[in-house]
Amino acid sequence: MRVALFLTCVNDTLYPDTGRSVVKLLTRLGVEVDFPMAQTCCGQAHYNTGYRHEAEPLARHFSDVFGEYEAIVTPSGSCGAMVRELYPRMGERARAEGRGDTLAATLAPVVPKTYELTEFLVDVLGVTDVGAYYPHTVTYHPTCHGLRSLGLGDRPRRLLQAVKGLELVELPGADECCGFGGTFALKNADVSAAMGADKVRNAESTGAEVLCAADNSCLMHIGGTMHRLKTGMRPVHIAEILASTEEGPAA
Amino acid sequence: MSSRERILGRVRRALAAAPQDDMPFEQAFSRDYLREHGERGVEQTVDLLAENLADYRAIVHRCTAADLAATIAGMLAARGSKTVVVPTGLDPGWLAEAETEQVPDRAESTPQELDRVDSVVTACAVAIAETGTIVLDGGPDQGRRRITLVPDHHICVVRVPDQVVSSVPQALERLDPARPLTWISGPSATSDIELDRVEGVHGPRTLEVVLVDGQASTEVTT
Amino acid sequence: MSGTFVGMPVFPPPAHPAFPQAAHEAVNNPTLRGNLRHATHTIRAKRAKAVAEVSDWAELREAGKRIKDHTLLHLDRYLEQVEESVTAAGGIVHWAADADEANRIVAGLVKETGESEVVKVKSMATQEIGLNEALEAEGIRAYETDLAELIVQLGKDRPSHILVPAIHRNRGEIRDIFTREMSEWGRPAPEGLTDTPAELAEAARLHLREKFLRAKVGISGANFVVAETGTLVVVESEGNGRMCLTLPETLISVVGIEKIVPTWRDLEVFLQTLPRSSTAERMNPYTSTWTGTTDEDGPKTFHLVLLDNGRSDTLADEVGRQALRCIRCSACLNVCPVYERAGGHAYGSVYPGPIGAILSPQLRGTASEIDASLPYASSLCGACYEVCPVAIDIPEVLVHLRERVVQGGPVTREGNKVVLKPAKGHAAERAAMRAARWAFARPGALRTGQRLASRTRRFHPRTLPGPGGAWSDTRDLPPVPAEPFRDWWQRTQGQNGGNGDRGAAK
Repeated sequence: MRVALFLTCVNDTLYPDTGRSVVKLLTRLGVEVDFPMAQTCCGQAHYNTGYRHEAEPLARHFSDVFGEYEAIVTPSGSCGAMVRELYPRMGERARAEGRGDTLAATLAPVVPKTYELTEFLVDVLGVTDVGAYYPHTVTYHPTCHGLRSLGLGDRPRRLLQAVKGLELVELPGADECCGFGGTFALKNADVSAAMGADKVRNAESTGAEVLCAADNSCLMHIGGTMHRLKTGMRPVHIAEILASTEEGPAA
Repeated sequence: MSSRERILGRVRRALAAAPQDDMPFEQAFSRDYLREHGERGVEQTVDLLAENLADYRAIVHRCTAADLAATIAGMLAARGSKTVVVPTGLDPGWLAEAETEQVPDRAESTPQELDRVDSVVTACAVAIAETGTIVLDGGPDQGRRRITLVPDHHICVVRVPDQVVSSVPQALERLDPARPLTWISGPSATSDIELDRVEGVHGPRTLEVVLVDGQASTEVTT
Repeated sequence: MSGTFVGMPVFPPPAHPAFPQAAHEAVNNPTLRGNLRHATHTIRAKRAKAVAEVSDWAELREAGKRIKDHTLLHLDRYLEQVEESVTAAGGIVHWAADADEANRIVAGLVKETGESEVVKVKSMATQEIGLNEALEAEGIRAYETDLAELIVQLGKDRPSHILVPAIHRNRGEIRDIFTREMSEWGRPAPEGLTDTPAELAEAARLHLREKFLRAKVGISGANFVVAETGTLVVVESEGNGRMCLTLPETLISVVGIEKIVPTWRDLEVFLQTLPRSSTAERMNPYTSTWTGTTDEDGPKTFHLVLLDNGRSDTLADEVGRQALRCIRCSACLNVCPVYERAGGHAYGSVYPGPIGAILSPQLRGTASEIDASLPYASSLCGACYEVCPVAIDIPEVLVHLRERVVQGGPVTREGNKVVLKPAKGHAAERAAMRAARWAFARPGALRTGQRLASRTRRFHPRTLPGPGGAWSDTRDLPPVPAEPFRDWWQRTQGQNGGNGDRGAAK
């Protein structure tokens, strides 16, 4: 199966290790991965800040770039949710504004074949033990869009539980938002920071070395707060844990 | 233009672009939810009622029809009630053994007079097992709404099993919307202090429910 | 009629700072944070348990949504039916287009009775229209009888929660308010009052009882109005509702036009979902239903005031109208991480929390600073939507209202279609969004930016000056990597993998 990696603009620019890990992991599992160089941004930040019309060209571009792949895999719950949940809504809104079905029809092909990474592993490849090795204590934070929009459920946990050497500890208040929320982190910085600090305190209380999540945007916020609060914990994307092996351990 | 016309006009304009469907309401969607939760026999339903009443701090008594008068008399005596309000249509036999002074439910009574009465005894219209609720409909054996509100002690008699239903949907089917209804689930309570439930505010602080068995109860099948 | 909207809201928005400024103080108030955290976490766990007890929750939620949607899409018909059935049952129906009119009607009705005081059941609608203040101006004193409302009224405070308006107060603060203020309003607090909740409830019972017993006029809202029967429903806990609904001679109920359900049977859905969602109970202690008046039982005169006050405008918006499904359970407040930290007052409205963030800017318009900021008072985490018993997709409406704020566009105000201009204060953001869209539409431009960032990475600070401080006052920035992923990809796999800078074809 040849799949396209939709890495997301944030990962491409700031977290290339996550991208390399996804490639390493999927290749190890026998998946042929392509990275369409024309990919940029799904438009989520625009859409969620109220600039739907600015997001539309980006969505069309996304569909243009990814439309012909069998599957599109992304290591981001929120960007995955943008495509799966909000692209159809953008199409509906355009229709309601009297602009016909063009946008809906353009975006429709990419919607059902876009998968968040852990969904792709568990649902499409049918694996939970990906042969990973990661000798650390880890606590898992389910990010909101992965949890509620995509309904990832226990997939990430099942994958982590199958990792050799990994001790998974429960995060108190796991389902609570970390406070990132895209532009919310800037527009409501006080509340966002308070949520982040509470999340970090909960994470610290587990005694884990690593806080793991399936979305680097949230990890940027949580990790930045951890660093500022000098906790000694590290934020790590789940792809990097799942890619890690005894022969090629993660940094 | 009257405000009536103004509001109706605004509503109609607001809906002008909305999809028009003239499907009758009951066909517009299906009620896929349950009529009751779980499968229980008659006795189990009555047990569940008792359990849920008690869970919300009602005091539950169970007795046979023959023992009802003695049970009520005992409750009033234990409480030390000197006076009790009685709905005009209450079975006089229920209070036959009570020594408490009876005060009839009268239209002329003032709220202040009612406030000086210790207890009230009523029947009910229906009781809901799943929620631990008794419903009064102002029938002759239940009286005016205020008599079960102002006195601090309410004794409510439920005839089991025929007055007991499992669920809220089944209760609504039995009730007449034209009558003033009072649904009671435990004594008055509040969650207003730190969102934690505390019993005992304005309504009766003590609710005692008597589940009285009719003769046929054990023979009724589901 | 169409034109550019100049900013007259349906009722004047409070002179209230924007949400982030208003939240600033609350976030840094440890007592308030502690009170809210304690209360919301207590109820959260209980609600989850109460909901888990019913196996058909999803179906009840869907039915609630559909009943409300159906009603809203035929609201004109159901309003007329309510008028007819309530009148037939002996009630008198009044129509109020806005807050002022509703207040005038109620004040007039109270004056007709010759009374100068009224007892009130907690009602969001009467809070929304500022009825107590309007009555006060007419020389009529309104006594709030719900415990939390009493705490707010005695403390000269503002409500901060839909269900528990005094949620921001802990037991010690409540004791102090009672001890200090009760004597001003009537029976003083008992000597030596402690802060145990049972004693505080007892103090409220004693203080209010004399008012209930002498009251001649009661004022309420309603949780539901049944169109086919003309029945009103009030769901409560304390018995203060029953007092106000049954002891006075005259009852005036002020009810939003969205509170209608078509049939008696529909209550079977909401009487299951509302108590479990709001107080996390299988059933609340008391529910009263009444249909007009009853001979020799309860009020002799019953007035129903149907209130629009921005609701029909909200109805005109096909995305936003779902907010009118709200049954005011407040489950969304209790699970909201933003509400928990910012507190209810920051929302500048009687409707705080997630539902308030979508209701207030629709009922009042987005002209004021607070109303334009409310759609942004959310991280879009979706916890509110998940618990909503009528499935209001609050994040969807929030984003929709963000569009209204930054892009402007057609809305309905006071029944007229107007075109909003984009709000001021978003110009820089709008320019940035456009620039980002331009760059993202051109992978080459994105790549140039990424490379520039990587080449200069040594000089990047982990904190930012100026507006960037909104991020870096509390969070360090991630280090910029040596090369973006796409460069690595092209360097290592580009020859046999990716398909260059353009197109999806392969």
